[in-house]
Amino acid sequence: MLAKRIIPCLDVQDGRVVKGKRFTNIEDIADPVELSKRYSKLGADELVFYDITATHEKRGIFLDVVKRVAKEVHIPFTVGGGIQSVEDFRAVLNAGADKVSVNSAAVQNPSLIDEASVRFGNQCVVLSIDTKQVDGEWMVFVKGGRENTGQNLFRWAQEGERRGAGEIVLNVMDTDGVKQGYNNEVMARISECVNVPIVASGGAGEMKHFRDVLIDGKADAALAASVFHFEEIDLQQLKQYLYNHELPIRQG
Amino acid sequence: MIAIIDYGAGNLRNVQHALSLLGIECKITDQPFDLQSASGIVLPGVGAFGEAIGRLGEAGFIDEIKSQVSQGKPLLGICLGMQLLFERSFEHGEHEGLGLIKGDVVRFNHDLKIPHMGWNQLNLHKQYCDSTINQEIQMGDYVYFVHSYYAKPKYEEDILHETDYGFSFTSAVKRGHIIGMQYHPEKSGRVGMQLLKNFKEMMR
Repeated sequence: MLAKRIIPCLDVQDGRVVKGKRFTNIEDIADPVELSKRYSKLGADELVFYDITATHEKRGIFLDVVKRVAKEVHIPFTVGGGIQSVEDFRAVLNAGADKVSVNSAAVQNPSLIDEASVRFGNQCVVLSIDTKQVDGEWMVFVKGGRENTGQNLFRWAQEGERRGAGEIVLNVMDTDGVKQGYNNEVMARISECVNVPIVASGGAGEMKHFRDVLIDGKADAALAASVFHFEEIDLQQLKQYLYNHELPIRQG
Repeated sequence: MIAIIDYGAGNLRNVQHALSLLGIECKITDQPFDLQSASGIVLPGVGAFGEAIGRLGEAGFIDEIKSQVSQGKPLLGICLGMQLLFERSFEHGEHEGLGLIKGDVVRFNHDLKIPHMGWNQLNLHKQYCDSTINQEIQMGDYVYFVHSYYAKPKYEEDILHETDYGFSFTSAVKRGHIIGMQYHPEKSGRVGMQLLKNFKEMMR
């Protein structure tokens, strides 16, 4: 049976993983390759790397990280952050990434999804969406969640699928960082309105939250960052827990 | 040395990295004569069937692959590389493949999500349970898939692994020294590395 996936997300700045914004001292950063290897060993099904610098000059440092990860980690991984063009897709795929995620750039220029999926295949085009409820309607936000595009979430997701996105990552801004659980209601709704896998993001605080979003939220995968980086949740234990709750889960 | 065939179809380095990590010497090559000195051949692949077989032909690989395989040299086709081993594919029209395994490649035609993407399980076909390629591989082990088309071998004796996705389809084939894997061993963590190691053992 196709397994539900657990995906640690790593924010990369200047070639290092930034574990969280709350702390600034040196202990809070890690080598992306070492951390990836550890997560892979503990049973991560995939990894996501976001380039949070994404300034032009520093792009090279990030691509080096991608190449090093590809060399030493043998599970699939997605790269996002600063992807603007088909050329950017090509650069990260050539560096060894399996999938590329786009967010704001796809909202500004939706044909980027068409072009990239024709060129590289649907399976490597991931549409990442930030969403928040405004007056009872789920809206698409861009620029790190600062700008409301005025677009309806469900219509944008369907358009993304039609244009060729092979997967959708849905980040619910209200629950992100609060650790009170994913928003299962909106996850289930988006899962029903498109026919591509849904990766839930934003809100994981305890193991039960993962179970809930994979069952009630109907998500195909759950993404989280800080709970793994700060070792609040052990990946191996989490997968055992989900397996015990009768979810199809791959163990190491 | 394993020769990894480069016919311009995407990233081959992930396969090379995985083999290198296992201490297997390998060479990415676009020259058919390099297959002669290799002790094993890997045919990788991402992209569309028609274009891939066309490029293999233009580069002069088709006859060389067939000639090497007929001399008993192990060949591993991965993902599209497995599909290319078959007689025919119906991806965007109808295309002739290498014909090393009898059967067709067709699109998933059910209401599950396509592509079939993610980690899914292996059922080891009983005839090859003790075969070198299955050493230390367990029933139910997970491997990583990304594909919209799947192979339908004509003969049951060619089936190595099967996987459930709405129904049971052939996820790996074996015919003598020819192996095909629909999944990506180079992206399948510990299990995938074991499978590549087992392929290396076949080269002895």
